[in-house]
Amino acid sequence: MDGSTLLTSIWLLPFLTGMLIVPVGRANHQLIKKISLTGSGFNLVLIIWLTLLFAARVSLAETGVDTRYTVLYFTLNVPWFSMLNIAYNIGVDGISVLMLLLTGIVIFCGVLASWELKEQAKEFFILLNVLVGGVYGVFVSFDLFTLFLFYEVAVLPMYLLIGIWGTGDKEYSAMKLTLMLVAGSALIFAGILAMYYESGIASFDILKLSRIRFPESLQVWGFPALFIGFGLLGGLFPFHTWSPDGHASAPTAVSMLHAGVLMKLGGYGCLRVAMYLMPEGAQMWVEFFLVLVTINIVYGAFGAIRQTDLKYITAYSSVSHCGLVLFGLLAMTYVGLKGAVLQMVSHGLMTALFFALIGMIYSRTRTRQIHEMGGLMKVMPFLSVAFVIAGLTGLGLPGLSGFVAEATIFIGSFANANPINRICTVLAVLSIVISAVYIIRSANFAINGPLNEKFNALSDATLVEKLPIAILVFLICGMGILPGWIINLVNSAIEPIVNNVTR
Amino acid sequence: MADLFLSYSYLVLLWPFLAFLIIGLWLGRYNRRAAGLLSVLFSGLSMVCGIGITYGYYRRVLARPHLFPDKTLLVNQFDWLNISPDLTVRMGIYLDPISVMMIVVITVIGFLVQIYSLGYMEGDEGFGRFFALLSFFAFSMLGLVVATNIFQMYVFWELVGVSSYVLISFWYHKPAAVTAGKKAFIITRFADAFFLLGIIMVGYFIGNFDFQDLNAPETAAILNKMFMVKGIGVNLLALSCLLIFAGGWGKSAMFPLHIWLPDAMEGPTPVSAIIHSATMVVAGVFLTARMFPLFAASALTLTIVQLVGAFTTLFAAVIALTQHDIKRILAYSTLSQLGYMMFSLGASQVVDNPTTAGINPLGYSASMFHIFTHAFYKCLLFLGAGAIIHTIHTNDIGRMGGLRKAMPKTYWSMLAACLAISGIFPFAGFWSKDEILLGAWQSGHYLTFGVGLLSSGITALYMFRLFFMVFHGQTTFGRQLKTEDPLMSFSIVILAIPTVVAGYFSKEIFSAYFSSPMVWAADKQLLPGHPLWLPVCANLLAVTGIIIAWYLYGRGDLSHVRLLTRRRGIGYQLVVNKLYIDELYLFVTHKIIFSYIAAPIKWFDRHIVDGAVNMVGRFLHICGTGIRLAQNGQLTVYLGATAIGIILLYVLGRLPI
Repeated sequence: MDGSTLLTSIWLLPFLTGMLIVPVGRANHQLIKKISLTGSGFNLVLIIWLTLLFAARVSLAETGVDTRYTVLYFTLNVPWFSMLNIAYNIGVDGISVLMLLLTGIVIFCGVLASWELKEQAKEFFILLNVLVGGVYGVFVSFDLFTLFLFYEVAVLPMYLLIGIWGTGDKEYSAMKLTLMLVAGSALIFAGILAMYYESGIASFDILKLSRIRFPESLQVWGFPALFIGFGLLGGLFPFHTWSPDGHASAPTAVSMLHAGVLMKLGGYGCLRVAMYLMPEGAQMWVEFFLVLVTINIVYGAFGAIRQTDLKYITAYSSVSHCGLVLFGLLAMTYVGLKGAVLQMVSHGLMTALFFALIGMIYSRTRTRQIHEMGGLMKVMPFLSVAFVIAGLTGLGLPGLSGFVAEATIFIGSFANANPINRICTVLAVLSIVISAVYIIRSANFAINGPLNEKFNALSDATLVEKLPIAILVFLICGMGILPGWIINLVNSAIEPIVNNVTR
Repeated sequence: MADLFLSYSYLVLLWPFLAFLIIGLWLGRYNRRAAGLLSVLFSGLSMVCGIGITYGYYRRVLARPHLFPDKTLLVNQFDWLNISPDLTVRMGIYLDPISVMMIVVITVIGFLVQIYSLGYMEGDEGFGRFFALLSFFAFSMLGLVVATNIFQMYVFWELVGVSSYVLISFWYHKPAAVTAGKKAFIITRFADAFFLLGIIMVGYFIGNFDFQDLNAPETAAILNKMFMVKGIGVNLLALSCLLIFAGGWGKSAMFPLHIWLPDAMEGPTPVSAIIHSATMVVAGVFLTARMFPLFAASALTLTIVQLVGAFTTLFAAVIALTQHDIKRILAYSTLSQLGYMMFSLGASQVVDNPTTAGINPLGYSASMFHIFTHAFYKCLLFLGAGAIIHTIHTNDIGRMGGLRKAMPKTYWSMLAACLAISGIFPFAGFWSKDEILLGAWQSGHYLTFGVGLLSSGITALYMFRLFFMVFHGQTTFGRQLKTEDPLMSFSIVILAIPTVVAGYFSKEIFSAYFSSPMVWAADKQLLPGHPLWLPVCANLLAVTGIIIAWYLYGRGDLSHVRLLTRRRGIGYQLVVNKLYIDELYLFVTHKIIFSYIAAPIKWFDRHIVDGAVNMVGRFLHICGTGIRLAQNGQLTVYLGATAIGIILLYVLGRLPI
């Protein structure tokens, strides 16, 4: 199978898996879950294969590559609506490969983590597969129209997934989340159409558009529209409020996917569409957004300090950490962009782990309030140790993935000599203290302390539950201890983007 | 043979890491006893490697000074994190006199503490976990001292921080232990954030993290310029040095970031012995020493190092006088001794006068010497305290007494350690403290010298207060106490040997080899010599302290003490309550950060930011409802609206516009 076929099968497979579930009887939960697991597992294998192919190609092509323009691998360009120049235009660079890998891992772990789901399992897994198919589609598309199409496919199932399988005030949360994200989509679509018409070549092709210098009159509103539109999904302040409610209401696997992967679509879009295509607009707006994003980081961390619900704590910490992604992008330096990509991966793994753990703890204690827990280390050591590891990743402990990403972002951001960058970097670095406060606080309330009598009889994780946790912990440690392999993947992709952004 | 040890020197870290993995992932729950033994075995192997490295380093480097003028050898280097094509973080092993000395201290003390723990932790539920974490600590501490660059040091710096956190809250069901762990972690983390900023800053301006480059004289010249931010200028050299020093400030628990250390005593005693007295807390001093050539270029930095150190020395010694928890007294004494090491580094800057200027190498080597001797006797004191607590199950020295008969081995070893820490001739502490005081005297820092001298008297007083209250006086334990655990007293007795002799025998080594990184060294000939009155005076003060302690606490009659403490003046209240610094911290964290920052942000987010979103939603809802009213399908409403429209049009048409 050649590379482009592989790419097509990667995004197609989840849809096929979803269709395969359709004829299965509603009561046959086991079969439904097995089909989903096989589908996502097989897809993960395909993605790993793709990664290896990609790594081989990159190392071959390392010398003599023109670093001015993005080089795509495994491309396929088939006209779709040729009248409008819409094409099925796919391909990957290092960033996309890494994002595919992240998605594959998170969905595989997510399916395992929802093994105990009982109600309406059939519809749940169909929707979950559709959502993932959309996410894969975004990461392989290099045609703005198809990218936007897949983006919508990824966002919309969320409404049903939260509204039906959620907990708490789920209808409200689902509605808020969907409406806010759709508002963002409207901005994105406006930006895309403007580029389409202004480019003079009436094209949606990202690579072609990247070589065009759009007039400043367009960029001055086009960039903020695109950046806010995508940034909304990346938790940009003050448009982040869908996230705490959404995450808190969503079922485990959906929270994992949402915080782990969907929020990365935001960062990915900001990078690939907003900054890559409108670099002059980015230069005009960088200070404004930098301030907003710094507020994100500090404010998210402070927001998490006073929360008492584990999911709210994690959601606010996600706001803070996803702020770091955008912060790295806005550094507008090679190192900063690289850090942002690393942070996407690290945060994806970390929040997936967090939400999986919270789901498992909740299914035992039936509460997510940290005050009502306590001493869980005694009855569920496996889950507790994993929770501490997730927390330590969140506060940027070296040896775990978070530190590699954060340190790179800080170094990259400080390298930008703009005083505002420097001041914001100082604030962002100091925010790691606040992260330590909320993480240690929640661990101390929930995991440590005297054991609550109610929980004496609780059991530790089952084997099926241990598997996704072990995978995620392993990858987090792996990325933290030996970051080289991930960095080698993205190195080749960063340079052309930086050259374009700082042109 | 020598080269073999050097080329495999990473093994010294690898053994404890393997022990951590094996015990943590599998053996700890499968077979606790085997886990403990495996951990001891691996730390023994690590010690063998450590001693091998010392031997190899001596043969390869120290024996050939012409080949290695800076006495530095880098081995086992590899690229770790490729940040950009010009900036790569490497990991490796940096061997120079101070790192080799630390390797020896960490592995030897680590081994002894692990043996001790076999006895101390026996029967504990978390026996396996304890050894896994202790091994992890040894790994990260060794990684810290052998770091070849400041980034690597930060990596391991955080790892020792987290192992300290988990070991302090080792008994996670005890709320006090959990709170103490949190406090330690967050305070050191606070300091580390500044440290990280400093690293990023020097990394940016120098383009490299390697210690060899940072400590080169050119680096100071590059950094020594004004850094302008919006018209406000700061000296870059002083700024980056102080930011880096902030890390050491927190880790070595200098005032006012010291408050985590006494609380950290909630952890198991072996942990206090190795982490919170002998090794980890000296990391701050070690960092200052490692960056010393750069720091030495910035007079402001060294002055601050000296002031902070000197103040902590005296402050902690005074507080130690009034405490009743045996481990907390020792913790305050650790603070005080760390203060000595710190101010000695700072005071090596010779006070400017026409004849002498520059850096007095003695201040540096004396500080390192004190790390070395202090590690042994302080570890011994903690292990002894642990043995006592293990026997009588209390930390309160008021409830101890007369343990001399029941615990003879501990008694004699502790006596040696108390004499050593008081600086009595010829015990280990005497030699290093004498050099520290001499260094400060030579460099002309008479105030600091005076503080050091006075503190050594107070040290003798509080140490022997503890000693007499624990071992002398009336026995308060009627029943028969169990005999000393052989594993525990083994470590204690072994440690008594260096406590007595380490100073005398290693004095020459320290003065010969530990002055290498002096770039701006002052001319030794021009500095004053070693006056005899200095050690005599220090010893007299210490002996006075011991005599006072004996008079007050040693005769089994505490009436004088009661008389003294009855008049509880403001001063006494202040000291007993540790100057209310803990309360100040609580006020800042709980009142200001929690109530005045975090709580308003939480409210703002829910009601203003999210409120705005809901407002938009509600607005659209109202619009929708309004439009729905207009299209309710009732003919009469439509006709009515049409009629109103026509009238409106007519009226508008007639208006004189």
